[in-house]
Amino acid sequence: MHRLLDNRNVLGVLFLLPAGLLLVLFLTYPLGLGTWLGFTDVKIGRAGEFVGFENFRYLAGDAVAQLSLFNTFFYTVVASVHKFALGLWLAVLLNEHLPFKAFLRAIVLLPFIVPTALSAIAFWWIYDAQFSVISWTLQRMGLIDTYIDFLGDPWMARFSTIAANVWRGVPFIAICLLAGLQTISPSLYEAAALDGASGWQRFRHVTLPLLTPIIAVVMTFSVLFTFTDFQLIWALTRGGPVNATHLMATLSFQRAISGGALGEGAALATAMVPFLMAAILFSYFGLQRRAWQQGGSDR
Amino acid sequence: MSKFKRRDFLKTSAVAAAGAAAGPFVWAGSAHAQWSNTPEKGAKLRVLRWKRFVQGDEDAYMANVKKFTEKTGIEVRVDHEGWEDVRPKAAVAANTGAGPDIILSTNDDANLYPDKLVDVTDLCEYLGKKYGGWYPVCQQYLKPDGKRWIGVPLGAAGNALVYRESAIKAAGYTSVPKDTAGFLSLMKGLKEKGMPGGFALGNATGDGNTWTHWLVWSHGGKLVNDKNQVVIDSPETVKALEYVKELYGTFVPGTLSWLDPNNNKAFLDGQVSLTANGISVYFAAKNSADPKIKEMTADINHSNFPIGPVGRPTEFNLFFNQMIFKYTKYPRAAKEFLRFMMEEEQVSPWLTASIGYVTPALTVYEKHPVWSDPKSVPYRDSMKIMLPSGYSGKMGYASAGALADFIIVNMVAEAASGSKTPKEAAERAQKRAERYYKV
Repeated sequence: MHRLLDNRNVLGVLFLLPAGLLLVLFLTYPLGLGTWLGFTDVKIGRAGEFVGFENFRYLAGDAVAQLSLFNTFFYTVVASVHKFALGLWLAVLLNEHLPFKAFLRAIVLLPFIVPTALSAIAFWWIYDAQFSVISWTLQRMGLIDTYIDFLGDPWMARFSTIAANVWRGVPFIAICLLAGLQTISPSLYEAAALDGASGWQRFRHVTLPLLTPIIAVVMTFSVLFTFTDFQLIWALTRGGPVNATHLMATLSFQRAISGGALGEGAALATAMVPFLMAAILFSYFGLQRRAWQQGGSDR
Repeated sequence: MSKFKRRDFLKTSAVAAAGAAAGPFVWAGSAHAQWSNTPEKGAKLRVLRWKRFVQGDEDAYMANVKKFTEKTGIEVRVDHEGWEDVRPKAAVAANTGAGPDIILSTNDDANLYPDKLVDVTDLCEYLGKKYGGWYPVCQQYLKPDGKRWIGVPLGAAGNALVYRESAIKAAGYTSVPKDTAGFLSLMKGLKEKGMPGGFALGNATGDGNTWTHWLVWSHGGKLVNDKNQVVIDSPETVKALEYVKELYGTFVPGTLSWLDPNNNKAFLDGQVSLTANGISVYFAAKNSADPKIKEMTADINHSNFPIGPVGRPTEFNLFFNQMIFKYTKYPRAAKEFLRFMMEEEQVSPWLTASIGYVTPALTVYEKHPVWSDPKSVPYRDSMKIMLPSGYSGKMGYASAGALADFIIVNMVAEAASGSKTPKEAAERAQKRAERYYKV
């Protein structure tokens, strides 16, 4: 016994065991169970049987599920691009020498700190068909005659929910990128300035390459969060109007919990996994190439 | 969106309403009704029910529970959950064989796991005999095989037209027309006068489903026939959708985005002169602290939905059941609890306190003084004139799934907004429904 405990390998495994158990119990098991349910016809309140790919075949032919797939992609791509652009811009701004710098940085984080459910309710009022403060203001200014139908028109609803998501997501990206910016040594900028590089050139050839690893990690997280967004949509539209804003996550909940088709909902949720894996792999292999980061080019 | 439910309007108000109600309701029970039951010794009960929509409901219900404990010595713990959350919890309880002894749930829940429920035929027959009988719709919900009761009906949250009398008068009417054609011209008149009506067309579980089902049924359309075959793509449905297309033209803008709370807000703000809702808007106004809203009370009135070409009422209301699960250790105590809560001595004060939000399932309560306010009469008849969920087929997973997936709401919204023609919308609904009813 004593000798066994002196063995580094045994000890290592032993120390890893609690963490491993936690991961298996609270991550692997639920994920595995969810995936398994996707291959059964289990209903809430009724045990199911293994049905193979039946659920997936069913969903592939389901117009609402197809629409939710499109919505999810559209939502993720548009929101992520905007979040990245705005976040990077904000980070660069905050990295300059501004008065009240610490205070400003704290304020920027606010949208991220507010619970999603709360900010969603604020947006729900902002977008309300009858009480929208935006519509009210524009109408008072004489710019519009009728209230804007933010959540009633399919495309308006998509862009409105994306705007709310961007508002919420920008601080996370800005603060993370700001942290990245501060790790870049000022001497590099000095050297670049001595070589006569313009502001844009310094950004393009110093800042961006050095920031890429952080960007890769941050954007991976951002894409994952956006792709799996639920609360915002559920509070604002419940997937309406006519399913125009249903994401895979919200539709999965609607089918599984409200509708009782646990197997089908689980299949829909499982169908998100390959896309999420692809996003992760892209960021690892696509954005973390060392050569590119060090100013070289990909072969 | 649990933060702005209608009950929040009412938190402070319903208690006041409870005190203001009319005199006592005395009912001499039928001498034929016999009940004998001895609860198990040392029984304890756990009850899960939907969270109140009006504060008076919960207060009176809990007072009755306390009375029951005092009388019988049986301890009862009551948990309250949002009504949309009770359904999955009840199903899980049924499946795992553990959970509350009694669950008060909604719509066709009992039909998802009938063999997991305690047979309450004796109790329902006793109550039916004593209190003038159950409305027929109760049997469709809870006596599916025509012999055994699988749950005790509680009632339904009535949904009726809520309107401003001044607006109706301005449009040249003294009351809401009783037929769909007349109703359409009223709605046109309201729009012309700048006081439009509006109904929820978003994915609103309560307010979206109720009026769209009425609409389709009123024209003779239905999701499934008696044999559970999907028949929504029918000329009748198309007629209903053509009608709603015209009707939608009279709506206040933005109804496609409306969820459950929107119509309440818009109505109380005076932006909408006619919508469909529970009785809660009226009482929110009546008991509002805001003098401007309170002033509106005299101007608010209710009406049942108009009758369409089918020639009879076709309303859809949220039905409430009470189920005892077979896994309970104390089935007799559970039955005793439900009996106690359903006796007139308990129902009457509860009904008064909840301002008639729930229309009782037993016909005798039609004469209850809570309906003495003429403006509440449409809600009195909610159980009498409603059609069951999944009409006119059987209830079960297919009907529950189709309802939860907003097939009817989406179809009506597509046709109303013009994004699909009525025929296309009906075809799409047919396809979606067939997936649930698995052809």
